[in-house]
Amino acid sequence: MRTTRIANVTTETPTVKSFMFNDRLCSEAKPGQFIMIWIPGLDEVPMSLAMLNPKRNQAAVTVGRVGEATNALHKMKTGDTIGIRGPFGKGYTLTNARKIMIVGGGTGLASLTPLTEKLAERKTEITFLMGAKTKNHLLFHTRIAEILTSVKGKSIVTTEDGSHGQKGLVTTQVDKLLKQGQKFNMIYACGPEKMMQKMLILAERSNTPFEASLERFMRCAIGICGTCTIGKYRVCQDGPVFSGRQLREVKDEFGRWRRGLDGREIPV
Amino acid sequence: MTNRLTTEITGLRLPNPTILAAGILGLSTPTLQEAIRQGAGAVVTKSTSLKPQLGYPNPTIVQINNHSLLNAMGLPNPGAKHFAKEITKLKKTQPKAPIIASVFGYTPNEYAQTAQILTKAGADAIELNVSCPHVKKTGSEIGQNPNLVSKVVKTVKSTIKKPVIVKLTPNVADITEIATSAVKAGANAITAINTVRAMTIDTETRKPILANKIGGLSGPAIKPIAVRCVYEIHETVKAPIIGCGGITTWQDAVEFMLAGASAVQIGTAIASKGLGIFRSIAEGIDTYMHNKGFRSINEIVGLSHRH
Repeated sequence: MRTTRIANVTTETPTVKSFMFNDRLCSEAKPGQFIMIWIPGLDEVPMSLAMLNPKRNQAAVTVGRVGEATNALHKMKTGDTIGIRGPFGKGYTLTNARKIMIVGGGTGLASLTPLTEKLAERKTEITFLMGAKTKNHLLFHTRIAEILTSVKGKSIVTTEDGSHGQKGLVTTQVDKLLKQGQKFNMIYACGPEKMMQKMLILAERSNTPFEASLERFMRCAIGICGTCTIGKYRVCQDGPVFSGRQLREVKDEFGRWRRGLDGREIPV
Repeated sequence: MTNRLTTEITGLRLPNPTILAAGILGLSTPTLQEAIRQGAGAVVTKSTSLKPQLGYPNPTIVQINNHSLLNAMGLPNPGAKHFAKEITKLKKTQPKAPIIASVFGYTPNEYAQTAQILTKAGADAIELNVSCPHVKKTGSEIGQNPNLVSKVVKTVKSTIKKPVIVKLTPNVADITEIATSAVKAGANAITAINTVRAMTIDTETRKPILANKIGGLSGPAIKPIAVRCVYEIHETVKAPIIGCGGITTWQDAVEFMLAGASAVQIGTAIASKGLGIFRSIAEGIDTYMHNKGFRSINEIVGLSHRH
């Protein structure tokens, strides 16, 4: 455990804030890796890194307000102290593939944004699809658009209420693209698990390599406590990013249930 | 690996003397199966109680220096009835390694009922957790009192037929007194040791880091304490001893055997070395035995006591 001070707080949406801090190890993390953030005296929660800036030793996490710990984090200000462990886990595989599809929903955009930045450093073509409940919940949609200007890329936005972009679910648009016969060499996804489960099926149907990042309750983050296991895999060590093949192996759990803090199943 | 690694502890036949320690991953069939597939000679499940328990809020674990860990999980578990299903599933896969169910309770009867549910489900033996140092009214609060240990062991022994192993706490003035009391009450084997009661405080925020403030230290930092405990117990009781505490290399495992352990449990080292550690330690012990001309594990157990 090491401590650092929050260097900057950005309000992204009415329910999401980003917290930037100085930390060399975090700034050098791979896209898709996560850290444990200690809110002193309250809780410690896993968060994926949403911004990586090794030149300035800076990194950031993007946090949705979902419970006691994230509420407390949302109240923290520049200069407040947080504890950090990590980075942990396996990030996304940085593919050399030519045509890439990236699909994000909700705060799942957090880990996909540094991934997109890294991929955009290469000669590649990126189709980015993002979904949100409403226009107000759209996350990083301008940041993604900026990143995509450096490559051959396009972004497709969906909102469930139709207040921005296409109305409906992001997977409907993915299905449409694939049915039109568009071919991709790699698909990445991060977001609600039901969405990722649908994405796995779509990726398999179109025979496209697939990676998705999972979220689970975590305690140790170093692969021994068993809290975050899915099948034989430990999300904190073997994940949080898993391949389509691995997710197929754990299909009885993936998209269906996760382990609660006492180890019993909770539907996702 | 060769036959000289097979070992028998209170009727349990282990293909090699490395055992997955309680509290490490053992919450589900697939993770226990994976530990066995990767070479564990036996597995101990996460400690289970009669009713489900959520455990403490995070932080529940802090890394200390060179791969030692301070934890206060608070014994989270899904409860005996729920966990029985996992044990039954695991048993059906016909694992090559014995399944030892770790059990705790708040009364002797709770220990016994939980042990009964889990042995009926297929557990080959029970390890009584009378040594967790950070949950009130159970664990080491029982294990520090020889009379309470005796009561719990007797109640469990009169309820189940399968072997009963008692895991001891080092947080006592004289561990041999507790070991003696456990064996007199009928314990078939002793595991030594559980974590050492400990804490850590963050200097910046001036707050204890663990949500529970106090937890248990495991890993290389406690190995010499554990070796001493095994040595002392071996001098005092005849029951087989399973050594536990900071085992990270095959040399550590051999050291515990020389002190008097017939097998060793591995936990914390899995964080740094992964599950492959079981096979690599077993192979190391095998090579050591070959080089020194030992033909069975029994030949090394307690050998340091001759000096």
